[in-house]
Amino acid sequence: MGRVEGKVAFITGAARGQGRSHALRLAQEGADIIAVDICAQMDSVPYAMATPDDLAETVKQVEALDRRIVAVQADVRDYGALKSALDAGVAQLGRLDIVSANAGIFSFGTLEELSDEQWKDMLDVNLTGVWHTAKAAIPHLRAAGGGSMILTSSAAGLMGMGNIGHYVSAKHGVVGLMRTLALELAPDMIRVNSIHPTTVNTDMIQNAAAYELFASDLPVAERTREVLAPRFQSLNALPIPWVEPVDISNAVLWLASDEARYVTGVTLPVDAGVLVK
Amino acid sequence: MGRVEGKVAFITGAARGQGRSHAVRLAQEGADIIAIDICEAVPGVGYPAATEEDLAETVRQVEALDRRIIATKADVRDRAGLKAAIDTGVAELGHLDIVLGNAGICILGPWDEITPEVYQTTIDINLTGNWNLIQLTAPHLIAAGGGSIVLTSSAAGLKGLPFLTPYVTSKHGVVGLMRAFASELAEYNIRVNTVHPTGVDTPMGADPSMGEKFGEWFAAHPKLGGMMVNMLPVEVTQPVDISNAVLFLASDEARYITSLAMAVDAGNTQY
Repeated sequence: MGRVEGKVAFITGAARGQGRSHALRLAQEGADIIAVDICAQMDSVPYAMATPDDLAETVKQVEALDRRIVAVQADVRDYGALKSALDAGVAQLGRLDIVSANAGIFSFGTLEELSDEQWKDMLDVNLTGVWHTAKAAIPHLRAAGGGSMILTSSAAGLMGMGNIGHYVSAKHGVVGLMRTLALELAPDMIRVNSIHPTTVNTDMIQNAAAYELFASDLPVAERTREVLAPRFQSLNALPIPWVEPVDISNAVLWLASDEARYVTGVTLPVDAGVLVK
Repeated sequence: MGRVEGKVAFITGAARGQGRSHAVRLAQEGADIIAIDICEAVPGVGYPAATEEDLAETVRQVEALDRRIIATKADVRDRAGLKAAIDTGVAELGHLDIVLGNAGICILGPWDEITPEVYQTTIDINLTGNWNLIQLTAPHLIAAGGGSIVLTSSAAGLKGLPFLTPYVTSKHGVVGLMRAFASELAEYNIRVNTVHPTGVDTPMGADPSMGEKFGEWFAAHPKLGGMMVNMLPVEVTQPVDISNAVLFLASDEARYITSLAMAVDAGNTQY
């Protein structure tokens, strides 16, 4: 019997990276999935975003586990589209128990340098998008008699970091959102927690723009994964450069499962000790 | 395949309550157990002490799961006795991967009725006992190439709760202990985290010696009553709820989680 057998999970940003990993890990443990992703590029994002083919691959991998999945291209900034996608998914799969608000973007610049567009896109996706996700999901969770929402924040949601002030601001905002949702939804047995990854081995950090941030002293040709690894590792207390998507998924799985039935309002770092340093 | 298959866990206060529940839950997921408990009354404690029969029952329940267990009567305040239990258990079971600092006492009373003896005993068991535990087990975890230490703090380790000053103080201290060791032991791939339960349905949770007193204190100080309330609509949690958190933190699923104060408190500390 899977640890989330028979439950239905809504996951944003599910085309690849952590979102796909969450979909697969939950499906392995018996959940059906409602997946959305923007599957399009945003101008202020300095790396290639997910594509419709990526989302199709998530569908294929979940179906290979003999679980059902409803996948829709939708942007978390567009509440109407997001709600339609979720409502359609719930109509098809029958219920909603788990929400993983995972969709997020990354871009770089000091607070002095950031453009209006960079700031606005960041807050719209990484904070308002999370609120949209929660807002659309609440009636369905309530109808199911309770549930678990997991909001993806970041180690940068609990500490300041240079060159990503808009990201830090949005991810701190997610903590406020989580705490208030936890308070407002506790009477309905809806639990709300946030997770706080350190650097995760996904396309969001394994790209030229992120490497620029960590290795501007090196010529572009020398900025390899191997050269960057010790620089990423210097952020962490545990002797590793980055964590894998499945490490975040395992935390999501635990919070989503009934094993954590009395856990709410928690900021859960999966951060290899970034915050202890 | 169990979630902690092949690992060995050392558990203090394992004769009953949360400690026994941790032993059984980890054994269900494939771990062997080294268990200790004082199995004796501690002066000042109002609820009945665990007994050697209780510890024997833990042994029976773990063995019924076809896992090995070595159980010893030992006091976390007695470094020599603790070290002997650790070293003997590890020698017998081959290695050590998980350490659970669960042993603790709780003595209630308004601040001006707590005696120096009660204060000192609480600190000695709840805080210094965990320092003894980590210092004496860490070499075995280092030898194993890493491991997971989970200390049982409390909602009262994150916020003040009334009429248990020594307990609140000791449980806050456990968080400091956890953070300090998390920093120093990270380089050995040893993770250190705390769990923070709200009220748990165990003998400690229902102290019969209190009778009406607890209610009278709150009646005399009505503003403090709200501090005990859980945000989720549950009055009391079960030992297995804490065990499930411990299991997650002990397992490789949490391999990159360290220095976390993990509330399992139905939202008590958020209220």
